[in-house]
Amino acid sequence: MSLFLAKRFATLIGTLLFTSIVIFIVLEILPGDPALLILGIDAQPGQLEVLRQQLGLNDPAWTRYWHWIGGLMTGDFGISYAYKVPVWELIAERLQLTIPLAFISMALTAFLALVLGVYAAANHNKTGDVAIMATSQVGISIPSFWFAILLILLFAVHLGWVSAGGFPGWGEGLGRALASLILPAISLAIVQAAILARITRSSVLEVMREDFVRTARAKGVSKRAVLWGHVLRNAMIPVITVMGMQFGNLIAGTIVIEQVFTLPGLGRLMFQAINQRDLELIKNVVMLLAVFVITINFIVDMLYVVIDPRLKVHDV
Amino acid sequence: MSDWIARAVRHRSFMIGGVLTFVLLLMAAVSLFWTPHNPYRLNIRMRLKPPSWDYLLGTDAFGRDVVSQLMVGAQNSIVVGVVAVAIGLSIGVSLGLIGAARRGWIEELIMRFSDFTLAFPAVLSAILLTAIFGPGSLNSIVAIGIYNIPVFARLARASGNAIWSRDFVTASRACGKGGFRITVEHVLPNIVPIIVVQATIQFAIAILAEAALSYLGLGTQPPTPSWGRMLNEAQTHVFTTPALAVYPGIAIALSVLGLNLLGDGLRDLIDPKLARQR
Amino acid sequence: MAALLEVEDLHVTLETSRGPADAVRGVSFALQRGETLGIVGESGCGKSMTALGLIGLLPERARTRGAVRLDGRDLLAMTEAELCGIRGNRIAMIFQEPMTSLNPVHPVGRQIAEPLMLHRGLSRAAAREEALKLLDRVGIPNPAARIDAYPHQMSGGQRQRVMIAIALSCNPDILLADEPTTALDVTIQGQILDLIRDLVDERGMALILISHALGVIAENTRRMLVMYGGRVVESGPVGEVFGRMAHPYTRGLFAAIPRLGDGRARDRARPLATIPGTVPELADMPPGCAFAPRCDLALEACRVPPVPAVSIGHDHEAVCIRTDQTVGQPGEGRP
Repeated sequence: MSLFLAKRFATLIGTLLFTSIVIFIVLEILPGDPALLILGIDAQPGQLEVLRQQLGLNDPAWTRYWHWIGGLMTGDFGISYAYKVPVWELIAERLQLTIPLAFISMALTAFLALVLGVYAAANHNKTGDVAIMATSQVGISIPSFWFAILLILLFAVHLGWVSAGGFPGWGEGLGRALASLILPAISLAIVQAAILARITRSSVLEVMREDFVRTARAKGVSKRAVLWGHVLRNAMIPVITVMGMQFGNLIAGTIVIEQVFTLPGLGRLMFQAINQRDLELIKNVVMLLAVFVITINFIVDMLYVVIDPRLKVHDV
Repeated sequence: MSDWIARAVRHRSFMIGGVLTFVLLLMAAVSLFWTPHNPYRLNIRMRLKPPSWDYLLGTDAFGRDVVSQLMVGAQNSIVVGVVAVAIGLSIGVSLGLIGAARRGWIEELIMRFSDFTLAFPAVLSAILLTAIFGPGSLNSIVAIGIYNIPVFARLARASGNAIWSRDFVTASRACGKGGFRITVEHVLPNIVPIIVVQATIQFAIAILAEAALSYLGLGTQPPTPSWGRMLNEAQTHVFTTPALAVYPGIAIALSVLGLNLLGDGLRDLIDPKLARQR
Repeated sequence: MAALLEVEDLHVTLETSRGPADAVRGVSFALQRGETLGIVGESGCGKSMTALGLIGLLPERARTRGAVRLDGRDLLAMTEAELCGIRGNRIAMIFQEPMTSLNPVHPVGRQIAEPLMLHRGLSRAAAREEALKLLDRVGIPNPAARIDAYPHQMSGGQRQRVMIAIALSCNPDILLADEPTTALDVTIQGQILDLIRDLVDERGMALILISHALGVIAENTRRMLVMYGGRVVESGPVGEVFGRMAHPYTRGLFAAIPRLGDGRARDRARPLATIPGTVPELADMPPGCAFAPRCDLALEACRVPPVPAVSIGHDHEAVCIRTDQTVGQPGEGRP
């Protein structure tokens, strides 16, 4: 068992390293001269040289790479060119919004999808199922940011219940902070929940067709008890996979949604960084996001082993 | 063949999806020759006007006709979608088929690479590309294309493996046919239907991704109309002219819905066994 | 004495791609306490559907007609909740595929304990105790170590033993065994059948054993039904049916069993006997006798419904009007 864990962990580290190399190449090698990129074509050669010294660009690529990785390990993310403050400070501040937003969205998605998906499967081909399938079909077809704008139209413009954007910060009171995160979380959750609900439904339906479900019923277990006690745990296995994969979509969605609601999160930070050509900032934020996504996928892989006893390596 | 057509017409998803997709293509095709107004011409006097006989859906913040912009925007969505999916498909299917044919470490490598790329949503790649090369529709195409490669690679490999284990392929190998010829003559034709279905679905996803990227300003640049950017511009005036934010979204939603239904319908029609399970 | 189980004119209608079709067409039989009954027929004759129909486990869109009386109470008229009280408790069923019939994420001990906790109200600990005893009784070596094993850690034969333990747990009156050994290795088949027979004798259970193999029916049951096209075409004590073979289909089944010869050239040259033709699809069942299209004794009158049941001997019936041509004719061998 520990050999298995060790191997998976090694793969994780390998993937992270590989990702970092890709990011480094794309952002520092591909553009040719980062200094030129930052200062623009009209820059004076003297200015370029000063900048190159500042950013350590005259060192060979390997050195710069290891310097960066070493920094990441120790928490030194470099200095933002545009803001002149440590990148870590900027990121930490923005994470205060992005992480809670991501959590609330994921929780909403999981709740909606599992409830609706299981309900639809349990009422296969009846009205409830048809309605849920039709709604989810629409749900996967609408852009999340458009849904966000519609929500703004309804709740902010028309009803005036919440503001059309912005984030008051956690210091102003929990209620107000959460209120500003509700519409963004719903916008993110709707599309993902629609996808996940359909997958949940088809997974449950497939498991219900298995032989062991018939055995359970032959024992006298009621339909409801069969669903909860026998079917669900088996059906969740593919569902968990998809949830893990959806995390990447969640990150992408957060970037867009933060723009819609003008929330000071990681996504907007990255945007501003792009406009200001702040390569140091971009490099580290992208790396951070990649780390999130890859780690979540790793955790999902580990969860599998817990849920499905067939995957456990036995000592018997 | 006529039996297939009869089944197709009876299939609700396929028909609805087909009609919607047809309307989308029609709109784009017509806009190549004619639009009610010139979508590029700014006309500040006529800004933010409500719907009228002249401007069926009204005008936007710069006085441009909404209908004309929607029509030309359709062109944009289709081009980006088709090219991006085509890139992803050609590279992805090739990689997947190579993996299925060669097995061993090549297959393993291709699959690891796919898993890795799948972790990067199109938006993230587009951001990286924009950071270096600046915004533009080429960015969208490349970013979405990159994201499509692993999707098709996995599909081609999985279906390819299933075909490779079939007896008629073993028979061909026993006759001395090489891997390349078997792939081209036997495996490829058999996976075409499933690839086509996936391509339709990926096309739908591409339209959504392109809209998101143009909304963010990373994709198609002005003055070329794009549905995503129309939504962005409309948001600034959401308190005064809310309708402007609704039309482009409906266009996107209907196009994507149409393609999704078409893809689902195709899948059911191609493999009736799957249909019965629904 | 009233029969334990009385099945009266049971019909099961399934939804096929070509509309509704009957898989079971008027099956009737009676089962006494402790009696062993075999149902034999080829795939698609309706034997599994009959068994599933008894306890209400048919697919969602299926409909049943007729009566199934357990100690006088009609099971077909019961609510789902009442049926849940019967299943696993008074009537238990074991299935054909041991590899897929157990839940892969629960340990086997828990799966055996489930009916005990459900029907007998035992606590988890008491049910576990009982499960241990059952595992031992069905022949699982070292039950204390195996009780927490998962199905995938066991062989096919062992999983089938677990299925039997589950079925026995609440001491049912009737055991339905649907092809319990078909999916197992030949060497294990005998062991499992012996186990079932011993348990049936020991606990005085009634047994309905379904199989497509005549040998299995002959060795393990006292009475038998031969089914074809959703109907019972011959029924009677095993010895009688094997001895007389009144229905042409029964004859065909026997003839189709390959025989070992004595090594003489004549034996080696003899081709295997088959019944010509194939079983018609459910939606295409001919009127009258379903076997007529394949029968070389068929007359025009055979295709006119209904085909009467003819009494051949004591408690031995065949649904055929040509039994004068078959009974008493030399068969291709005895069991």
